[in-house]
Amino acid sequence: MTTTAIPAEAKRAPAPAPERRPKREREGAAWVFLSPWVLGAVVLTLLPMAVSLYLSFTDYDLFTPPKWVGLRNYVQMFTEDPRYWRSVVTTLTYVVIAVPLQLALALVVALALKGMKRGKAFYRSAFYAPSLLGASMSIALVWRAIFNDGGTVDHLFGTGGWVNKPGWALLAVALLTVWQFGAPMVIFLAGLQQIPAELYEAAACDGASKWRQFLSVTVPMLSPVIFFNLVLQTIQAFQVFTPAFAVSAGKGGPADSTLVYTMYLYDRGFVASHMGYASAMAWVLLVVIGAVTAVLFRTSRSWVFYASEGDR
Amino acid sequence: MTAVPTTAPRKPVRWGRLALHLGCLAALLVMLYPLAWLLATSLKPADEVIASLNLLPSHLEWSNYTTALEGVNDVSIWRLLGNSLLIAGGAVLGNVISCSLAAYAFARLRFRLRGPLFAFMIATIMLPHHAVLIPQYIIFNQLGLVNTYWPLILPKFLATEAFFVFLIVQFMRGLPRELEEAARIDGCGPFRSFFQVVLPLTRPALITTAIFTFIWTWNDFFTQLIYLFDPDKFTLTLALRSFVDASSTSAFGPMFALSVIALLPIVLFFLAFQRFLVEGMASSGLKG
Repeated sequence: MTTTAIPAEAKRAPAPAPERRPKREREGAAWVFLSPWVLGAVVLTLLPMAVSLYLSFTDYDLFTPPKWVGLRNYVQMFTEDPRYWRSVVTTLTYVVIAVPLQLALALVVALALKGMKRGKAFYRSAFYAPSLLGASMSIALVWRAIFNDGGTVDHLFGTGGWVNKPGWALLAVALLTVWQFGAPMVIFLAGLQQIPAELYEAAACDGASKWRQFLSVTVPMLSPVIFFNLVLQTIQAFQVFTPAFAVSAGKGGPADSTLVYTMYLYDRGFVASHMGYASAMAWVLLVVIGAVTAVLFRTSRSWVFYASEGDR
Repeated sequence: MTAVPTTAPRKPVRWGRLALHLGCLAALLVMLYPLAWLLATSLKPADEVIASLNLLPSHLEWSNYTTALEGVNDVSIWRLLGNSLLIAGGAVLGNVISCSLAAYAFARLRFRLRGPLFAFMIATIMLPHHAVLIPQYIIFNQLGLVNTYWPLILPKFLATEAFFVFLIVQFMRGLPRELEEAARIDGCGPFRSFFQVVLPLTRPALITTAIFTFIWTWNDFFTQLIYLFDPDKFTLTLALRSFVDASSTSAFGPMFALSVIALLPIVLFFLAFQRFLVEGMASSGLKG
């Protein structure tokens, strides 16, 4: 996995430098290669992060200079803005519904395809296709129509249009994410194929049932990949925007039930021109995503198993 | 049939296989339904769009497409398509160039701060876009570049999409070092080594980067939404947005005809490069 690769690579013995060129010149070459990235990292990442932190303590509408207000934005956000909390709860609900469902489906399908001889390549591509198409506005609009009053889902199950029901609209958005399970599935499948067959043979010799083999061989051997998918999909889910925007006709409705965090951030910053407030929201999002990732990494020590630990 | 007797234990295995395939096909049908729905609806007459559950239209209403081809908000569809292509093309060029340069430095060259900078680069993969969005917007606003394509293209030339840097680094690490060592002994500096030895071998990773960049940029909605105002600067994705608020049923057919047109390049890319896409996605998390 990626995380184990970093320190190992860094520790690699220094290359036996052929003394043809002075070392400084080659170090210079590295910086030339790196210059676009360095410029981008400073001007488009580090500087904006600092600026956004500063702006989060100000009132700023893009036209008049920022006015320092201290913690005012944060206080307002946490104590006086019910829509803010609404967007937090909506986003968390969405993450908790969409991510586990999507990953479970991805794993089940990957397991089904794993041993297949004929048709595997076809299914793999076909199941993957929605991952690319689903991020588009086109499909988001289809989703709204299918889950709308009089749409297919209404016809089949008599739901009366989830898109118009505060309790259900978010589920329609989540299902669009679940529908895109192909990307994690492909990663699962690649991981499954790296598990040595001998492990299963040995387990079968010891009389382990299929279920036992799944729990004792597949899950631990696949745990780094499960972890990778979990982190990636969780981070992405926190930033969902397009489907919520399309399903709710750009308003986060009905009754703010699809007002996800980024949509409220867009609303505050770019519709209401409260850039300071939106910056504060962005920083809270940054901290929360950082914290969630850190927690995932910390708990991973107890359940993620690296077979090749140490020898990479 | 050959004379090989079908032995008893083989049969249940075959039934299992069959069930597996049937299950997969059933799942596929459900999954592909929205796409079939989109295609069918784009050809339906206005009164059938929501009135009937029939997937197939009673007759093919091609006028939805002629209406869609007329454009949106008095902007021709060719203009919208051109704008989308320009932005996606610029992004592809930017990402391939800048990300491969940075990746080579991280994968193959030694320099002070390499460890910390690499860790920082990895961390930016997880950085939510929104944390830098507003100041970036302010910067481009100060430069008078809002409502131009620069904010959508320029960042890609500065390797801001760390995911691709990482992807290419992982790929380059898999290349044999001996090739470059041989090149170095033959007198190649790092630049010739990069352009003549490493870059040609990295082609699969570059193609993956190019395809994903194209599709993601094509699909991207948020960035285009905040940076572009004039209807004649709109992309296909943004033009579809004008339909988001419209609820009139008569616009449904043309709206989904335009949706089909907007999806077409992604579908074509997918069909042409599915191997690269699937492998690229699979290798992104696993190698290294």
